[in-house]
Amino acid sequence: MISMNNICKVYETGKVRFEALRGIDLDVKDNEFIAIVGPSGSGKSTLMNLMGCLDTPTDGEYYLEDERVETLSPNQLAEVRNKKVGFVFQAFNLLPYASAYENVELPMIFSGMKGRERKKRVTDLLNRVGLGNKMTNKPTEMSGGEMQRVAIARALANNPKLILADEPTGNLDTRSGAEIVKIFHQLWNDGRTVIVITHDMSIANQCQRIIRLKDGAVFEGNGNGTQFSQQRINK
Amino acid sequence: MSLSILINVFIRDFRKQRKRMLLTLIAILWGTLSIMLLLAFGEGLRKQMVADQRGLGDGIVILWGGQTSIPFQGFGKGRRINLHPEDVQYIQHSMPEMETVAAEYIRWGAVVKYGDMILNERINGIYPSYKELRNFRPQMGGRMINELDMQYKRRVAFLGDSLQHRLMPNVAPEDAIGELIYINGTPFTVVGVMEHKLQMSSYQGPDEDVVAIPASAFETIFSDPWLDNIIYKPKSYDDIERVKSRLMEVMGAKYRFDPTDEFALNDWDLMEQAKAMYNMMLGIQIFLGILGFLTLLIAGVGVTNIMYVSIKERTREIGVKMAVGGRRLYILTQFIIEALGITFLGGIIGMAVAYVMTELFKMIPLDSEALAMLGRPTVSFEIGLIVVIILGIMGFLAGLFPAMKAASINPTEALRYE
Repeated sequence: MISMNNICKVYETGKVRFEALRGIDLDVKDNEFIAIVGPSGSGKSTLMNLMGCLDTPTDGEYYLEDERVETLSPNQLAEVRNKKVGFVFQAFNLLPYASAYENVELPMIFSGMKGRERKKRVTDLLNRVGLGNKMTNKPTEMSGGEMQRVAIARALANNPKLILADEPTGNLDTRSGAEIVKIFHQLWNDGRTVIVITHDMSIANQCQRIIRLKDGAVFEGNGNGTQFSQQRINK
Repeated sequence: MSLSILINVFIRDFRKQRKRMLLTLIAILWGTLSIMLLLAFGEGLRKQMVADQRGLGDGIVILWGGQTSIPFQGFGKGRRINLHPEDVQYIQHSMPEMETVAAEYIRWGAVVKYGDMILNERINGIYPSYKELRNFRPQMGGRMINELDMQYKRRVAFLGDSLQHRLMPNVAPEDAIGELIYINGTPFTVVGVMEHKLQMSSYQGPDEDVVAIPASAFETIFSDPWLDNIIYKPKSYDDIERVKSRLMEVMGAKYRFDPTDEFALNDWDLMEQAKAMYNMMLGIQIFLGILGFLTLLIAGVGVTNIMYVSIKERTREIGVKMAVGGRRLYILTQFIIEALGITFLGGIIGMAVAYVMTELFKMIPLDSEALAMLGRPTVSFEIGLIVVIILGIMGFLAGLFPAMKAASINPTEALRYE
């Protein structure tokens, strides 16, 4: 699914130079359920942004489904984000003026899906996350858990194989958070690759493996939390 | 769905930035109103000027005698060339290019009497074709000098409207028909009073002060040996220079002057003047349009400003759309359409207000000559189309630069934006 070779990301603002990622080597196979953990500033979100083609590395090679993506044009990257990746954010990032239906429909519109097909798919997805009765509700008319479920439905809009979630339970209570994690398990069982950034080790320990980041470099652990030294990651 | 989202966004933005949006809309409305009114009044003024230009005559050339400057066939230069009554028929027969040829006599300081009123006025001995050539149109109930008047040298008079009012202050124009006036002691029957017309130029004083009698009657009373002017209208104005050359040849053959001698006869080409007037008025209209456009341009800056503010506030939204696969072109198009929406909304209201204002202005009675010169403002289809095109271009450009900024936003930074 994912192959990263010597990935570096450097931010330069005036005279300040900050290495967010330093020579990351990482392989992710199909149908893995991975947690990325690490202290603040360790590069977790930067890594996820690169994985999801929201950003491009300063150096290194990145292969997503055997396609080299770091050299793609902005339009091609948008195509990848639309078809191959589904994002779930901590802050939900729903369009506040659009209904649940319209939020989920948005990536389908960008992919060129026809109206009738869109309607069926949106309805199926919202039913799947338990919000079939809230299609016309706007985000302001939903709880945090409901908004995150809409976000998950949106992430699944074009049936991507890769789901990336950045602190998906960060703004939720324990119960809602557990519901969300349960949905991620279901997605993993469906055959997708699910990668979750989390500070919550109880969630991380539910994953198949843990990738620990520190100062822009990668360590690894398994579902039990065992820590390994920095090395090339292969399964 | 996209259209409903666009409309929803527009309404949401309007609610969030009510005051700023309203001011921008008012600016567009004002700019559109300005350009529409300036163009409409410019159009009305141009039409009025052109019409006034026709007050003297439409497509005619006025010819009068001159003095030779080139020796020719034994004749020296400096010889006076005078026009004779038979020249009218001569030119008409010799030149098939001519549609109408007429002539006039002019006598100044004739005594014109009606009752106790005595005036010193100009008398014109004219041909019946003056009705079309020089726009001598009679008011209802009267008539112009006709062929029978000419044939029988009738003592009939056609009065200018202003002259009639001065000569007969207590007599309405329609009641002046059939009244007797005295011209140098000779009685004349009034057969018509001229319809009022605006006249931009003249060569003998305004036509509204004319006392016109048949040229044949003039000849018997005043015994003028020469005509003052010959007036002609060619069938086509396309080849007018050739017609003028030919006329010089025809008249030169009769009066024995060099056809190339431009001083032998003098002419005043009203069509050339009308063209010059048309071009000048068109230039004024373009100038007014530019003024209006500059006003609208300022409003366009307001649209750009509000779009920049809107984009800044919706940075995160743009990031979300990019994250789920929205291409830059979509982002670009969305904001350009919003800018066009604001522009056209203000523009349509402005155009409607301009139309209502011009229609109301048309209801004002034009008692004042100054107002009459202004003409009637006209919101023509062409003006509407020009304004719509300007609004479209302006709205597009006003939205383009903010839209390009939006489309170039880095999605990761946009998603972090608070």
